[in-house]
Amino acid sequence: MSENVLHIENVTMQFGGVVAVNNLTLDVGRGEIVALIGPNGAGKTTAFNCVTGVYEPTNGRVDFLGRPMVENYPQGKMEKLYQGENKGKYTQKRAPSPDKITQLGIARTFQNIRLFSALTVFENVLIAKHMRAKHNVFSAAFRLSRAEEQRMRREAMALLEEQGLDHLKDETAGSLPYGLQRRLEIARALATGPSLLLLDEPAAGMNPQETQELTGFIKQIRGEYGLSIFMIEHHMDLVMQISDRIYVLDFGRLIAQGTPGEVQNNPRVIEAYLGVADDAEN
Amino acid sequence: MIEKKNRKGAYTALLAAALVLLAVIVLENVSTFLPKEMVPGVLRPTSQLFSVLKKGAVYSLAAVSMNLLNGFTGLFSLGQAGFMLLGAYTYAIFTVPAAGKDAVYYLFGGSAIKFSFQDIFGALFGTGGAGGAVSLVLGVLTAIILAGCVAALAACLIGLPVLRLKGDYLAIATLGFAEIIRAVFQWQALGPITNGANMIQGFPTFSSFNITGADGKVAFRLSTFVPFLVAIVCITVIVMLINSSYGRAFKAIREDEIAAEAMGINLARHKLLSFCISAFFAGVSGALFAMFVNNAQAKVYTTTMTYEILLIVVIGGIGSISGSIIATFLYVACSEWWLRFLDETMTIGTFQVPFLRAGFRMVVFSIVIMIVVLFFRRGIMGDKELPDLWKKRPRKAGKEGAQ
Repeated sequence: MSENVLHIENVTMQFGGVVAVNNLTLDVGRGEIVALIGPNGAGKTTAFNCVTGVYEPTNGRVDFLGRPMVENYPQGKMEKLYQGENKGKYTQKRAPSPDKITQLGIARTFQNIRLFSALTVFENVLIAKHMRAKHNVFSAAFRLSRAEEQRMRREAMALLEEQGLDHLKDETAGSLPYGLQRRLEIARALATGPSLLLLDEPAAGMNPQETQELTGFIKQIRGEYGLSIFMIEHHMDLVMQISDRIYVLDFGRLIAQGTPGEVQNNPRVIEAYLGVADDAEN
Repeated sequence: MIEKKNRKGAYTALLAAALVLLAVIVLENVSTFLPKEMVPGVLRPTSQLFSVLKKGAVYSLAAVSMNLLNGFTGLFSLGQAGFMLLGAYTYAIFTVPAAGKDAVYYLFGGSAIKFSFQDIFGALFGTGGAGGAVSLVLGVLTAIILAGCVAALAACLIGLPVLRLKGDYLAIATLGFAEIIRAVFQWQALGPITNGANMIQGFPTFSSFNITGADGKVAFRLSTFVPFLVAIVCITVIVMLINSSYGRAFKAIREDEIAAEAMGINLARHKLLSFCISAFFAGVSGALFAMFVNNAQAKVYTTTMTYEILLIVVIGGIGSISGSIIATFLYVACSEWWLRFLDETMTIGTFQVPFLRAGFRMVVFSIVIMIVVLFFRRGIMGDKELPDLWKKRPRKAGKEGAQ
């Protein structure tokens, strides 16, 4: 583990009197696949949202590529209510808006697929190229930046070919089967040129065969694009197969971390999942 | 390959536009070149046909600009009439010739704006003959562009706070804006500029572009051609915008705001952009509307007008440019021409047909609209464009070659 791509430090997220995430510290190294697991309501999604800019953490700091991205401390009404630790250790740096975060190099997918379903597969990927294109509304509308537009199209097409979706490029995204929609969503996230990919339950709603395909796909894109991947997932097969490291969250607190083997045999983890291995698989 | 297909589509569209313009010129000049007896009634200059064509051109631009916002960016705004009003007044204020201002603004002892654009260009190019024509065209063109800019500026100012709202709330806020603008323009204190609640008239209209011969008779008609030309140019620009990278970003926002943001699209900036561009073209169509009705009067630009345009967009299909255009001409033709007979009492022998009287047209019209909205909910075209219909295999996603 050389340099950390993502570094979450002492992040606490408190809503009113409810501490959803309590003092979470977590690292994602370069080229690593890191999974965050835990029973329902453990605070996984909340932790995720602190990175994607949906929430601003109540206390703590999130660094991306060695630079602080968000930093906050309890203030205002929260100052009295705050129940977490490490109070007074941090200053404030407002969370960038989600589009800024994407521009910084963090791409994400959604738990319930959010494709532009009335648009074509090709357009879906092409839209991701918009933010980095060097043109303004006039040069784009009056076709003065034709070279830029062609470059975007070429890159998007190349990406579709790499992901084996090129034969579907003119299909409406909403008409694709579920597994392919997932794949397209990941391809679209890759098109933004990220260094960190956040996957929010990528295997949700997938059958075992689709899950198996996804496992290979995630491994493959990590290799091809030199990505670091941080994901939330419930499918234990998938998590155990591809993760380099796993963090386990329960009631907002980190209860275990380590390689899949270590986590699997950790008594606290088994306890958190009620010791029933079958339950964990759903 | 995509590029080639696009270019072919663009050439076809240009050719179609040129043919439409040619057809309009030929149609309106039949009466100038043929002897009177040979001209069928429908092609006489006083025919309803030309009034429908002119209003259709003006409204199609208004509808397309509304569709850009409602259909392509997914922002449900009802400020259209307000922006059209701004355009109409801007155009009128800056094109009433200096010589005519005192007559128009007699209640306020003359206008605060002492010049008009044609006068300025007239000083450069002369006022008679070809010079006069040049200064008229340039003056009107400048005023139309300024009309668009004023509307866009207003959109930019109100867009900053208002675009934070979503769905119905945005609709209510923009509707409120349109009403406020209408009230402000009727305010007597602004009389020297807006002529208070009275109308501004005496500015160049569509018929000012007819070429008159030495005998004072019209030698060549251009009065229908002019609105068509302006509308076609503006709609072409909108179509080009929609097919560009920005257009795709707008569609992404329409489809899913959260996903669009996750793709790095700055929501606030792109929404504001779409709002301003839509307002710009609404302003231009407002200027054209003022030219069509020969006056600018705030009380015309009511909510009803916005609804009329919204209705056209819905009938044509939300998210379809060609649908909006087709629907505009159908709507205008029905309301101004084809259903006119319903307003006149008709007697067959001694039997007077019941219900036919002034105003009945609107009743029938409402029923037609209700049928459309109930049974053809996606409008005439859905979200497809005209060229999509000619493709052999109807593909759900074949928007690539359109326009």
